Amino acid sequence: MLNIILIILSGVVVGYFVRKIPQVKYVGTIISMIIMLLLFFLGVSVGANEQVVKNFSSIGFDALIITLGGTLGTVLCAWFVYKRFFKRKDKKS
Amino acid sequence: MKQSLIYLLLFAIGVILALFGWIPEALLKDDISKWILYGLLFFVGIQIGSSKNMFTAVKRFGFKIALVPIATTVGTFAGVAIISMLLPERSLSDCLSVGAGFAYYSLSSILISEFRGAELGTIALLANIMREFIVLIFTPWMVKYFGKLSPICAGGATTMDTTLPIITKYSGSDYVVVALFHGMIIDFSVPLWVSFFLSL
Repeated sequence: MLNIILIILSGVVVGYFVRKIPQVKYVGTIISMIIMLLLFFLGVSVGANEQVVKNFSSIGFDALIITLGGTLGTVLCAWFVYKRFFKRKDKKS
Repeated sequence: MKQSLIYLLLFAIGVILALFGWIPEALLKDDISKWILYGLLFFVGIQIGSSKNMFTAVKRFGFKIALVPIATTVGTFAGVAIISMLLPERSLSDCLSVGAGFAYYSLSSILISEFRGAELGTIALLANIMREFIVLIFTPWMVKYFGKLSPICAGGATTMDTTLPIITKYSGSDYVVVALFHGMIIDFSVPLWVSFFLSL
């Protein structure tokens, strides 16, 4: 975990210093290309893993349940923050 | 939307090639992918460090804007913690690591599969893609019943890119800065939260 934090933070520091260099806009493209490569490999390891292939529908169901729980909780929290802190300002302006 | 379909397609091609055994053994060793992942995280850091929108957003809305990513994080973790009781075969920390993807499915699924294997990684991929699609489809309805912040919080890390257009349309252009600020903070927090829950 410490590795991960250090790597991101060093990226942030480098990013801050190179932010005026125009080539920095290609970083987004590099990121999506690396992601495509890694997702392809994730697909490969899923396809090669019999356990995962066999249970694919229950995996999909678990994913749906977790997402519904998280999204619903978030929407309710957002509703509270909106009503309590943001709505009044909207009406005034 | 188009990009998510390309990602999903590449994942599916990988699955199919491996199912038919068309992948050479050498590619199945995954010690290379850890280094690629570290490279990815470094570039994600550069992207965060070089973006400028953060400060203008804070100036405009003041401290209140910080409440938005907090609501996203607290709400997601609370919701996932409650619903994980329906999934007794999965541990709370595994469920939370999936929820901590905040719709950033590419990064979270890759991190999780690196440290917990392909099964939980696939759950993270599907769960977080679903979250993005929920926002793309239900934003008008969310804004109507739960206010203008609800699609922003639900959109998680995607509110600075893929879900920004639909949020702008239904929450209004006043909330573009909120969405950008929120997306950036959540984006940055995804690898931290995910690796935190994986280390528990």
